[in-house]
Amino acid sequence: MNFMPNPLLEIKDLHVWFKVFEGILKVLDGVNFTVQPGEKVGLVGEMGCGKTTTMKAIMRLLPMPPAIIPKGEILFKGKDILKMGQVKLRQIRKKEISMIFQDPTAALNPVFTVGTQLQDAVRFAEKSGKNTEKEDIRTRAIQVLKEVSLPDPERVLQNYPIQLSGGMRQRVCISMALVSTNELLIADEPGTSLDVTIKDQILRLLKELGEKRDTSIILISHALGAVRGMTDRLYVMYAGSMVEVAKTKDLFAHPLHPYSQGLLAATPRLTGGGIGEGIDGRIPEYINPPKGCRFHPRCKDAMPVCKDKKPPFFKVDENHEVACFLFQNCR
Amino acid sequence: MITLTNNILTVEQLKKYFFTYQGIVKAVDRISFSVEEGETFGLVGESGSGKSTVAYTVVGMYRPTEGKIVYRGKDISQESKKRPHTLKKEIQIAFQDPGTSLNPAMNIKQILELPLKVHNISKNHKDCIDKIKELLKMVQLPVSYMYKYPSMIGGGEKQMVAIARALATNPSFVLLDEPTSALDVSVQAKIINMLIRFQKEFSLSYLFITHDLSLMRNVASRVAIMYLGKICEIAPTSEFFKNPLHPYTQMLLSSISVISDEEEALKPRKIISTGEIPSPVNVPPGCSFHLRCPKKMDICSQEDPVMVEVSKEHTVRCHLYTK
Repeated sequence: MNFMPNPLLEIKDLHVWFKVFEGILKVLDGVNFTVQPGEKVGLVGEMGCGKTTTMKAIMRLLPMPPAIIPKGEILFKGKDILKMGQVKLRQIRKKEISMIFQDPTAALNPVFTVGTQLQDAVRFAEKSGKNTEKEDIRTRAIQVLKEVSLPDPERVLQNYPIQLSGGMRQRVCISMALVSTNELLIADEPGTSLDVTIKDQILRLLKELGEKRDTSIILISHALGAVRGMTDRLYVMYAGSMVEVAKTKDLFAHPLHPYSQGLLAATPRLTGGGIGEGIDGRIPEYINPPKGCRFHPRCKDAMPVCKDKKPPFFKVDENHEVACFLFQNCR
Repeated sequence: MITLTNNILTVEQLKKYFFTYQGIVKAVDRISFSVEEGETFGLVGESGSGKSTVAYTVVGMYRPTEGKIVYRGKDISQESKKRPHTLKKEIQIAFQDPGTSLNPAMNIKQILELPLKVHNISKNHKDCIDKIKELLKMVQLPVSYMYKYPSMIGGGEKQMVAIARALATNPSFVLLDEPTSALDVSVQAKIINMLIRFQKEFSLSYLFITHDLSLMRNVASRVAIMYLGKICEIAPTSEFFKNPLHPYTQMLLSSISVISDEEEALKPRKIISTGEIPSPVNVPPGCSFHLRCPKKMDICSQEDPVMVEVSKEHTVRCHLYTK
């Protein structure tokens, strides 16, 4: 799949650093990531491994004084987002890429009604900005709310975010992302702050909408279960770089990277039988990350080579690549 | 129920109402359960179902509106202030979010020192330091962490400190209020395994609260499901996952996202989750679940069902099983 001619989004060797008081946080360390048109891609990794940073870099939402991008390209339909001017960037945010954030409570402004915020989004997304009639905007807002199966959309428009429940707020956020027909939808942990039954509903809704509109979706999650039913391909991320990519089914059946194996073993299962031991240690400090493979201090199979060289992606089979020296002979 | 001798904790018809301007919030409404000596009793429910209120009432942070809490044959349904000192030593709690349950202005040594001082466990300063070192070793943290502040260590390590604090007084009953819900799976696995080891080592009894059913499957020996302040179903864990009876339980089980096909086969099919948990101020009349229930009958909106025992130790509160 990686060699299909025109990927929709292609991130090449992206580095993102943050300048802070103590020095430079080298958060992203050469991220490579591709999304094909219409493909649903999952991205899993623990907290603080740089998932959201990558996505914010795509949207150019990173606060640029502390953040610096010393190296890398983000190609969207062949054009580099990082080099775009404000006008083009607006166009991209308006029509092509939209994002659903993790915490719907923080994503909505508490002092404006849902109607105000949603209609602003509609007005922004419609091409002929000022000329659009008020009534049209309202109708469109109601229409998108209906699309995310919110009951009683007229009342919801008048409500403040605080008057809605968590699940409803997340639906409003999704509807906001859907107002313009998008080619790429980034869902950053859309169900994490919600209850299981509500989370299930939200994920199902996203899946339906993705299929109906044929948009590409990037689904980010720290829970492995959530991405299993939703995605075609899955990336596993650790401490600022991708460590494994495969078809979702293959990855769950045969995880190769020691980190992916550890993650899968640590996930509690419905079939019982106890939980794996987990992975010792924690994500490294980004100020002074370990040399070579960033996973080596926690890795059970660490070899001398892991300490000085960063492993590139080794191809195990057609769709399965893993960044670990254990598999260097497979190339 | 109290006659059973091996129960460490028995809760009977416990009620906790909160009186607010919007109306009475029935956070916990007549629930009964018992925890046996040395077992892990799981309490599962969505947010707002009253799980934490149960824990806080048992530990004495809230006074029950009505009902009885019996600990080893003694009625302890009074307020925390009136509880005997020794009892507080016996019952300890670890909270959900280690970021807020540890005082940011105290270092780890001071945090762990406090329960030792309050309960007069250590005789002198040296003894106290030794005990703290021992506690840190027990939760596999380096001794050098003694002079670190909570903000300097990771979320998993904070939770380890919180657990060490709970275990500092040698309790026999520990309430774990979603101890790992704020943590990553790899860290969660470590903490859970540690808790299971402590349980064997110190013969502890746990009341384990979580919203994660797959985690519950692996730690609890019996499970109770709560919905809007009431318990819907209680069953031994293996029975519970093999044969879930209450429609809400089935809905919960069908919503879990799992990671293998074997697990997928365990999930009840054809039940699709709909609706949301209603506000506890306006609890629907009759069975509180009837608005979301796929198997609703006429009687459900009028009469609140009672707990019935379907098979041994498997009780369910639903009209489907009353006859």
